[in-house]
Amino acid sequence: MRIVTLEAEDDFDGWRDAVRGLVLDQVPPDQMVWQVGEDDPGELFAGEMPVVPVDRGAFSVPRGFIDLARSAILHADRQRFALLHTLLDRVLREPGLMEDQADPLVRKIEGMAKAVRRDIHKMRAFVRFREARDDGGTRYIAWFEPEHHIVRANAGFFVDRFATMRWSILTPELSIHWDGKRLTQGPGASKADAPEGDPVEVVWKTYYASIFNPARVKIGAMLKEMPRKYWKNMPETALVPELIAGAQAREQVMVATARAKTGDNVEAAWAALRDEAMHCRRCDLYKHATQTVFGEGPIDADLVFVGEQPGDQEDLAGKPFVGPAGQVFDRALAEAGIDRARVYVSNAVKHFKFELRGKRRIHSKPDAGEITACRWWIEQELALLKPRVTVALGATAARSLFGKTVTISRERGRPHDLPEIGEAWITVHPSFLLRLPDEEARHAEFAKFVHDLKAVANRLDR
Amino acid sequence: MAQLDTRQKLEILADAAKYDASCASSGSVKRDSRGGKGIGSTDQGMGICHAYAPDGRCISLLKILLTNSCVFDCHYCINRKSSNVRRARFTTDEVVQLTLAFYRRNYIEGLFLSSGIIRSSNYTMEQIVEVARSLREDHDFRGYIHLKTIPDADPELVHRAGAHADRVSINVELPTRAGLERLAPEKDAGRIEGAMAGMKRDIVDAGDATRRYKSAPRFAPAGQSTQMIVGADAATDRDIVTRAAGLYGKFDLRRVYYSAFSPIPDASAVLPLKRPPLMREHRLYQSDWLMRFYDYTPGEVAAAADDATGMMPLDIDPKLAWALKFRDRFPVDVNRAPREALLRVPGLGTRAVDRILAARRWRRLALADIGRLTASVAKVRPFLIASDWKPVALADKDDLRADLRPLVAPKAKQMELFG
Repeated sequence: MRIVTLEAEDDFDGWRDAVRGLVLDQVPPDQMVWQVGEDDPGELFAGEMPVVPVDRGAFSVPRGFIDLARSAILHADRQRFALLHTLLDRVLREPGLMEDQADPLVRKIEGMAKAVRRDIHKMRAFVRFREARDDGGTRYIAWFEPEHHIVRANAGFFVDRFATMRWSILTPELSIHWDGKRLTQGPGASKADAPEGDPVEVVWKTYYASIFNPARVKIGAMLKEMPRKYWKNMPETALVPELIAGAQAREQVMVATARAKTGDNVEAAWAALRDEAMHCRRCDLYKHATQTVFGEGPIDADLVFVGEQPGDQEDLAGKPFVGPAGQVFDRALAEAGIDRARVYVSNAVKHFKFELRGKRRIHSKPDAGEITACRWWIEQELALLKPRVTVALGATAARSLFGKTVTISRERGRPHDLPEIGEAWITVHPSFLLRLPDEEARHAEFAKFVHDLKAVANRLDR
Repeated sequence: MAQLDTRQKLEILADAAKYDASCASSGSVKRDSRGGKGIGSTDQGMGICHAYAPDGRCISLLKILLTNSCVFDCHYCINRKSSNVRRARFTTDEVVQLTLAFYRRNYIEGLFLSSGIIRSSNYTMEQIVEVARSLREDHDFRGYIHLKTIPDADPELVHRAGAHADRVSINVELPTRAGLERLAPEKDAGRIEGAMAGMKRDIVDAGDATRRYKSAPRFAPAGQSTQMIVGADAATDRDIVTRAAGLYGKFDLRRVYYSAFSPIPDASAVLPLKRPPLMREHRLYQSDWLMRFYDYTPGEVAAAADDATGMMPLDIDPKLAWALKFRDRFPVDVNRAPREALLRVPGLGTRAVDRILAARRWRRLALADIGRLTASVAKVRPFLIASDWKPVALADKDDLRADLRPLVAPKAKQMELFG
């Protein structure tokens, strides 16, 4: 066993000098004991002679190894000197080892170097100076607890940045001081040696609380980059619990106020929304349709009907429910005692989808993707109008509002409560009545349709 | 109105600034304060995040508005003319002193200054430039400065801003022109892009000059960036990716930021009430990444979106979505495939790919080797061939997506506390 005693935890030069001699002497890495300073007497091997570094020749190592060793040597792991010695021993025998990041030892030491670089970066980020006075005037003093032996390696950064300030960084292992010209080193310190506060901290906390957006809480993302171990020396982190606790309430208030706002510019908002919809390309249906057919009716309507999509005539007219199905719909509304002029009508899909058969455009059912793509518009319309009751006419409309396939026969005739939308009803689409071949069935279904509409009208009379 | 002290103003003017996503302090030139009269340093590479807020966003710069009074009435903006928020205005010196006080205590990397438009675009721009000028010239401040330029300000003023700032930016605000017309009626997509083109010219010219003689005046060495709001207009993810790609191409932007529209106090009725999932914003950043670092063309990224809806899947990332759609490109042999092919493997990052390329010059790699180079071997395995591994079973199945999802998609976890 041979012992090397290095001057300090971050003594890279000492390690390099020593390991050079060991390699030239062909001392196997497992025959070595590395220790630092006087603290570790290495009692097991007492009596062994320390190796005296001597200059007896040279060998070259890849640049990458030196860079890696310079970082990894700052790691807190006591095995680092020996691990690096082992790696050096292998690097000299295995060309290309430094490029083989899949090698377990290279990987392990790369991991140590990475942890060191991260600690260096976090120290630059999380050191918090407090203003104090001493004989020389103003001095900025910080207390910091790094994980690895990085303080001296990091001093240059703080000198570069705060060259004209007088400052000190106190850590448990050592402290560094800058007086504007010279960097000096002192013994380790304790938290009590640093100032207790700084009047600017309250302003900084104000900033921290104000720049936080309560509508988007992502605690995991915060903790990943600002782990709790650093919190105790960062004044602003004291606010985190209350900010998180208050966030949901603050967001709910914002949404509630927005919902409660009525009147003022709803009309303008609706017109702007319709204008934007005229340019919609959210799915491919715009390519062949004549135009977007947006919803229509009074903005303050209590009742909104959502159909499937514009048909041939609607596509040309640019208005919903003007074709044959629209006429059936008008008749049913009249029979149910609903004033057509007081309802808002729209469609789940805003462009006409068809197949050409000869010269005729034959209605084609929109698929799930098109319904989803177009859902954005109906959601915006309903959010603006805030009707008391929304009625889905047919399966497509029901799918759009409910976000899933719905069996009409099972769900019709009773109210459903939808998040965001509120009370919703489901019934058939008037075009369904047109397609029934049998006169008797048509009468029966029309009566059922009117029955559903009356039930809806009753809800509004309450 | 009673006089507000600096702290009260800060509360209002930081709150008003938080809807700008950018807080980057990266990509500038190397500077330090040695031999100077002031403080501050910047790095060429990455910036420093001095704190993180519970919204997961980095706090690198003091991000504030000079004033939140504004003559514009943009519906998505908390500071619009018709909003009921409390108004405040900093003096230029207050901003300068606040920046220096925070910087001395190592709270920040520098300043990100924007403003509502008061009196005129030129007047507002002059005030912003004056803050930067005072920091640089009166206080020899060498930290990072990001200035937001005002849409219609005089090009000469914008030029002066760039002379002091590390980065300049102007927001396109919305991905579609129709959306901008609806939500920001006073803003004009053409004028915004014109301003971006002007800044690009200044940046390129200054870069050329610096290469010829070292002391040439700088202009925004950290380039320009922009932001668009996601979920407030009808743009699909495909639209957004295409627009972003166009902006990167036309204006040499360093970054496009995507900000999921979020509810604001005293919102305008024009605005949607429902916010998009934050995951959507995350997927857009991932798509952006694929274009900038993984050699995907905008068309390829757009192809990862659902054909019918134009939206990226929320449950899996766009790279995986692309791979599942174009599965004939897989599996890829880690010991033979070119860099481009390896970059397409879901779960292999640029660094892992570089390590594979370096390591395989010396020996053939087995699956365990790949495991040491990536975060999760389970995720990459279905797409790879290694010396001791071939994913036979998976490639033949018909519904690869359904089969693979449980294998490669991340386990469902709570991303937002209050979804």
